[in-house]
Amino acid sequence: MSNTSKTVTLNMGPQHPSTHGVLRVILELDGETVVKAEPVLGYLHTGIEKTMESKLYYKVLPCTDRMDYLAPMSNNLGFCLAVEKLMEIDIPDKVQWVRVCLAELTRINSHLVWLGTHALDLGAMSMLLYTFRDRESIMDMYEAVGGQRMMTTYIRIGGLAMDIPKDFEKDIRNVIKVINNGLNDYETLLTNNEIFINRTKGVGVLTADEAINLSLSGPMLRGSGIKHDLRKANPYSSYEKFDFEVPVGENGDAYDRYLIRVEEIRQSIRIMEQTLDGMPEGPYRAHVPGIVMPPKEDVLYKMESMIFHFKLITEGFKAPVGSVYQGIESGKGEMGFFISGDGTNKPHRVRVRPPSFINLAALPKMCEGNMFSDVVCAIGSIDIVLGEVDR
Amino acid sequence: MGIEEKIPDSIILTSLDKMVNWAHKRSMWPLGFGLACCAIEMISTFGPHFDVARFGMEVMRPSPRQADLMIVAGRVSHKMAPVVRTLYEQMPNPKWVISMGACASCGGVFNNYAIVQGVDRIIPVDVYIPGCPPRPEQLLDGILTLFKQVEKESIKDDHPEWGRKLV
Repeated sequence: MSNTSKTVTLNMGPQHPSTHGVLRVILELDGETVVKAEPVLGYLHTGIEKTMESKLYYKVLPCTDRMDYLAPMSNNLGFCLAVEKLMEIDIPDKVQWVRVCLAELTRINSHLVWLGTHALDLGAMSMLLYTFRDRESIMDMYEAVGGQRMMTTYIRIGGLAMDIPKDFEKDIRNVIKVINNGLNDYETLLTNNEIFINRTKGVGVLTADEAINLSLSGPMLRGSGIKHDLRKANPYSSYEKFDFEVPVGENGDAYDRYLIRVEEIRQSIRIMEQTLDGMPEGPYRAHVPGIVMPPKEDVLYKMESMIFHFKLITEGFKAPVGSVYQGIESGKGEMGFFISGDGTNKPHRVRVRPPSFINLAALPKMCEGNMFSDVVCAIGSIDIVLGEVDR
Repeated sequence: MGIEEKIPDSIILTSLDKMVNWAHKRSMWPLGFGLACCAIEMISTFGPHFDVARFGMEVMRPSPRQADLMIVAGRVSHKMAPVVRTLYEQMPNPKWVISMGACASCGGVFNNYAIVQGVDRIIPVDVYIPGCPPRPEQLLDGILTLFKQVEKESIKDDHPEWGRKLV
């Protein structure tokens, strides 16, 4: 930097409490105003897409949990739907209902962590304690269905890992009660809080045109007034059977995105209640010998099932030549999986369309020309997960 | 017998090592530094349910210069490795490192070109915690294991010249 230069270059991250992981932003400041903001990525690059190419289709699944680790079930769902599309497997109704219920639970999980950390960045420290208090009930639910707190890998190709527990309905209703109570706390603390409003209103504004041109998705897009939700626009996993609203913002600022995410939690609860009310009976896995794993009970007592199980674990199944794309609406936006099969038992290429990565491209537009202290708010309102950005 | 009988109850006689270790153990401030999935479980541990404040470490320092303990929570990529090393070097002595989760301990499921196969290749590690990710209880157990190690330490280890003078 020469002495005549008027601007100051400031490095933010990769170890910074407000960058939600290991994001690095190079800021060029003119006084307190941001002239240029440049995100630097790759500090959590894990090579997940490349790793997927060397694994059987079944064994790819655990990698998907570890991308967006705040919404593992959404990632599982996206990948499973893509493989099921490639293999043309029909899924039983009960499985679809359970999947929808858990995907919505995952959306709440993701939004709760976002709410806590975003408020923490803006100085409201107690929010994190409240949201993590209520998140524990979701973690207990994950543990009840999948046996693990975070990386459940519960949604499998062709169905679920195991049948839902006996108390599934009662437990989910308890979780709903906890979250409903929690929502009142959060809204009392934040929605009319003058400090929160001052720090978020008019910050990180994106117009509808800008949002579309940056190909944003999820609450980032809806905050700018575009009513687009894949659950409505291109329903998957029988989302068309459920009744819910898609909240839309007006101003495209951080405050609108906050309102949208809180409303989305309410709508998720509505969908979960509908799935519980109309939960159909049936098997927890599709019956497709040779492609879908046979149920564990059969593996223990039936000869054919054991053979299929053994063959699937050691050799997997051969996918046809061809490619599919399946996008789902995760908590952060459109989570898409592109899978190219080449006739072998391993995918030729898996490409992930991560919502956080593409939404992060809006950061320079949201920061440039604004105050330096609003950068933290802008990063927070995008809701990034670095595991998904870098993969 | 001896001086112990003459002094009032409010005075406790102990060795310097014990007192220093007690102080280290009861106010160990971790570095607020998360990498990947394990960081979320680390936040859970610091949250209201598991409440690590019971062990005197609720204060997460955003700056390595004020931290005593580094919890490497998550996978360390080759791009991140120099940063982790720098952060470790910026921490003042005495300092401890917990490697949390399979990825930090040995690379975990990601045995590929991008991930450092174990953070102990770049910094010394005191306690390894298995799991992907470890439960908060496991992290608490790891922290308590570290405390037990701290109890056995001696300030002479950090200052070898003191030992020579005394003996």
